Amino acid sequence: MSPEAPGADNAPLLVLDGVTKSFGAVAALRGVHLALHPGEAHALVGENGAGKSTLVKTLAGAHTPDTGRMALDGRPLELRGPADARAAGIAVIYQEPTLFPDLSVAENIFMGRQPLRGLRRIDTTAMNRDAERLFERLGVRIDPTRPARGLSIADQQLVEIAKALSFDARILVMDEPTAALSGVEVERLFGVARSLCERGAAVLFISHRFDEVFDLCQRITVLRDGAWVSTDRTADLTVDEVVRRMVGRDVSSLYPKQDAPVRGTLLEVSGLSRAGVFSDVSFTVRGGEIVALAGLVGAGRSEVARAVFGVDRYDAGEVRVAGRPLPPGSPRRAIAAGLALVPEDRRQQGLVMELSVERNATLARRRALSRLGLLIGGAERAEAQRWTRRLQVKASRLTAPVGTLSGGNQQKVVLAKWLATEPRILIIDEPTRGIDVGTKAEVHRLLSELANEGLAILMISSELPEVLGMADRVLVMHEGRVVRELSRAEADETSVMLAATGQGATA
Amino acid sequence: MAHDSLYAAPSSSSAETERRTGRLTGLRGVLGSWDVAVVVALVVAALLAGVSVESFATGRNVQFLLLDLVPLAMLALPMTLIVITGEIDLSVASTVGLCSTVMGQLWLSSGLSLELICVLVVLLGAVLGAVNGVFVTGFGLPSLAVTIGTLALYRGLSFVVLGDQAVADFPASWTAAAVRDIPGTSIPVAVLPVLLLALVFGVVLHATAAGRALYAMGNNDQAATFAGVSVARTKFWLFVASGAVCGLVGIFWTLRYASARGDNATGLELTVVTAVLLGGVSIFGGRGGLLGVVAGVLLLGVLRNALQLADVDANALTIVTGALLVASVVLPNAVADVRARLHRRRQRANPVAP
Amino acid sequence: MSLTDTGTPHRRTGNPPTGAGRHRRGLTERLLAVRELSLLLALGALILVTTLRNDRFLSGQSVKDLLLGCAILVILAVGQTLVIVTRNVDLSVGSILGLVAFATGSLFLAAPGTPWPVAVLLGVALGAGCGAVNGGLIAVAKVPALVITLGTLYAFRGIDYYWASGRQINAADMPRSFLRLGNQTVLGVPLLFLAAVVVVAVVGYYLRSYRSGRELYAIGSEPAAARLSGIPVGRRVFAVFVANGALAGLAGVLYAARFGTLDAAAGTGLELQVVAAAVVGGVAIFGGSGSAYGAALGAVLLTTIGSSLAVLRIDPFWQQAVVGALILAAIGLDRLLALRMAARLRGRSAHGA
Repeated sequence: MSPEAPGADNAPLLVLDGVTKSFGAVAALRGVHLALHPGEAHALVGENGAGKSTLVKTLAGAHTPDTGRMALDGRPLELRGPADARAAGIAVIYQEPTLFPDLSVAENIFMGRQPLRGLRRIDTTAMNRDAERLFERLGVRIDPTRPARGLSIADQQLVEIAKALSFDARILVMDEPTAALSGVEVERLFGVARSLCERGAAVLFISHRFDEVFDLCQRITVLRDGAWVSTDRTADLTVDEVVRRMVGRDVSSLYPKQDAPVRGTLLEVSGLSRAGVFSDVSFTVRGGEIVALAGLVGAGRSEVARAVFGVDRYDAGEVRVAGRPLPPGSPRRAIAAGLALVPEDRRQQGLVMELSVERNATLARRRALSRLGLLIGGAERAEAQRWTRRLQVKASRLTAPVGTLSGGNQQKVVLAKWLATEPRILIIDEPTRGIDVGTKAEVHRLLSELANEGLAILMISSELPEVLGMADRVLVMHEGRVVRELSRAEADETSVMLAATGQGATA
Repeated sequence: MAHDSLYAAPSSSSAETERRTGRLTGLRGVLGSWDVAVVVALVVAALLAGVSVESFATGRNVQFLLLDLVPLAMLALPMTLIVITGEIDLSVASTVGLCSTVMGQLWLSSGLSLELICVLVVLLGAVLGAVNGVFVTGFGLPSLAVTIGTLALYRGLSFVVLGDQAVADFPASWTAAAVRDIPGTSIPVAVLPVLLLALVFGVVLHATAAGRALYAMGNNDQAATFAGVSVARTKFWLFVASGAVCGLVGIFWTLRYASARGDNATGLELTVVTAVLLGGVSIFGGRGGLLGVVAGVLLLGVLRNALQLADVDANALTIVTGALLVASVVLPNAVADVRARLHRRRQRANPVAP
Repeated sequence: MSLTDTGTPHRRTGNPPTGAGRHRRGLTERLLAVRELSLLLALGALILVTTLRNDRFLSGQSVKDLLLGCAILVILAVGQTLVIVTRNVDLSVGSILGLVAFATGSLFLAAPGTPWPVAVLLGVALGAGCGAVNGGLIAVAKVPALVITLGTLYAFRGIDYYWASGRQINAADMPRSFLRLGNQTVLGVPLLFLAAVVVVAVVGYYLRSYRSGRELYAIGSEPAAARLSGIPVGRRVFAVFVANGALAGLAGVLYAARFGTLDAAAGTGLELQVVAAAVVGGVAIFGGSGSAYGAALGAVLLTTIGSSLAVLRIDPFWQQAVVGALILAAIGLDRLLALRMAARLRGRSAHGA
């Protein structure tokens, strides 16, 4: 627990001391400490919702801290906006790319700093040339004159990286930049990061990939629930130790999966295909069973779930619910047939943030709750009360906008909404993304209970421990296909990862 | 559609949601709710006008006031629902115009009975609305641009139908019926169908599953889709309903003024949108209610009527319309800002206190 | 610890900018050029068809009338482009034009000796002031420009009526030198049109070649990203409304010079025509793309349709209907282009190098 630099002789470039930031009732950061030294690559790790992204936005000048100090080169640093952060030499690569879809790639890179010629006009030729050079340095080929609209996530990320490189940042913050990159691209990115460090810049690297963290970084800072936990040299740490600090308790207690009696087949997907997204996906889920759909980001898992539920159309194949074919393209019919889908993106797909807890919890049941077509007499209130109580949703009142709740409680409202429809089949996409550890365990216990009650559960998860801890069977997807089916006994980190990366596809 | 709300910067950050919701609750604290505020403003305006403007509270004036408000009130009903879903329909006045001229042309040259013509005109309105609906939901085009297009198109067609002619020889029994009072009162009969329609739209919006879906899709159409709402289909039918109501208004307008002309109801679309926004419906979609809109329509009518009686030039009255609209959006935010600032000051003062 | 841990399958994207066949103009710009070219073609076809029917359509007087007729709409459409590009809209331009036109007339009534450049400057300043009111209210209220400018559409018009209180200003009340602005020609081209051309050139070049101009597109394309990249969004949007107000003011002065007879109703309903011209000209109603040149072409096309119909002996009552159909066709075309572009770019990503 000694937050000191590799070469303790050099003074820190950037210091954060006791920084706090709250949104309404939710404390996103509570007293975070961080010191970045020149030439250092520093990792910031923590679970989803630990406050990493808020910290990044604070460094970027997008959030102003409520209390605490920041200092650059020993002088107090106050960031009143992103422009200030830029002026201070802080470049940020966000988790989600922030590009202008209508503008060309080169303009995206140089917005506000375009090379000029006479009369302060933009020198387009020079700008495109400079952009090309940046891409050469990164070893990729992207046409700088094409619009950013339609770039793949990986290419968008590369444009962001080129943007950060273009202004010779002294501090480069990378918020999970590698999630969509291939191995070669990651290596190149690390090469660039190391060369920046050699020139005296500092890199703050945020990632879930421990191999990369241990490969690139000299020190690791752990955050948990918005609070600073520790800062240590990488050499003094092991992966297990870091995980223990991130989670704050014994990992096994998080996955209280009980064995449930398995019943008949409820969901049967056969030969499902959608051009360019997934092809020939077949599987079954039985009552009482939790089946995990594992795979890398972009393998097509969420897309399969969306197609099964009817949000997206599919080109070929069939979905059967309890033996009966489910017509494609209609979430309404899917709900009527007993399907429920807890989507991966809570803010955009799961909830209507501006509406109240009550309205959100009963949105999918609005028809069933009507009497003679009318929704009056407190039917919604009673229903919402029943489910929020059962799931122990902590909300000041049922009429509070759901956006004011914490991430964990929001997720419970989504679950309440879908459990209220009394589904037979629950598809749940990233059940615990961005929620605190306590709620995580509650959600897992609930899933286990539901399976016990006879529900068929299809769980999509990018958290390997969650997959291994909760699933009765694991289906592994790779590039749009189900490449492997593993029983609970067969599934372990190695077998799932091998299949997910397309290496162990012997099934 | 990529942009489901008009000129809304989609708020994705939690801070933004926090700010918006915080603002809403702050406003509630001050005014109860916007609906109540508009109703109170309406009552105050009516009382003041009754006391200070001599001829305001007379039966004859009330009759004129209400008759004048019938088209505005009717058009505001479907517009409220459309704006709540995050869309807009600027073609309503032109649709009224086209329905009116077609009614005139049919009466002039088809020999059909007026009853049948009225049915056909309402159907025509529904079809014109369906055209909007197809462009918006079928082709995924922004409703603002589409309905500016059909605003011009339908108005143009209404001139094509009748040129600069007017058809005026409607049977006197019909034109008199349009302005007749409920026996024993000075309230026009035409108010009754408006009330009925308002009741229907109010119930649909506030007490049915479909109404819940409208609010959900206005705030977040993706989340609504995931909850089993057919967003495109619902919006399509709203545009059809809007068109059908335009057909009704076209009939009323024609009979009330006993004249079918190409320029009937020109420019009314902006007044309708004003009334809806004044009634507390958010142009971003997802927020507002029908009570507020009805009060907004009446408030607009009362103010304009009273000032007109007080000899203010009718055209200059648009200052009132504009000022009301601007105030209705600027004031709540200003109040919430001031409250937030006071709150922060109190917070800063608090830690010092024991 | 998470399955995101390993990279996605290897992907390689983009159009390799090969040395030999390299295009001087980039893809993004070419897309815009295609859109403007389609407008020019439509305009050319319209003129051709009309001239074939009646060769007097291209006679000096008829062309002069045409150019005179479209100048004011062009100026307004260019100003509106500035606003729409930032994902805003200004519905009050017709009212600002009316107010400034009447103010200009009143100025000459009160001080007949005012030199015309002073009148132009004052008109532009008044317009800019109105624009500043719009911009200021939008900044304070943090509500969409659509709502605020709908309000000021009524308010400015109301002030105009209140001020005029039924009066009308006639050409006789204004100095000859000023009225000459409205119909004088230079080498056969009306001065009014030249003014519009200058406005188009300046704004068009600014939007394309200056940092702050490009920032307007960035704001309209993705407001949140614009904020994150340090663009002063509030200040830029305010400036855009002031500039649009100033241009509407200029249009108001020119309106006064051209028509001479002024009442408080001048320019009523013009706002929707202006937005229509911009949309027909390829300015995306939700911001981020379009050019001043396109909007100007849109305005010229809309005006030309009016004149052509008369020559083609089509009932003039069809004019507005044609304009409406044109708007629908234009936004439909934009949508189609965007979809095809997306398909093309996707195809490229899939094949790769």
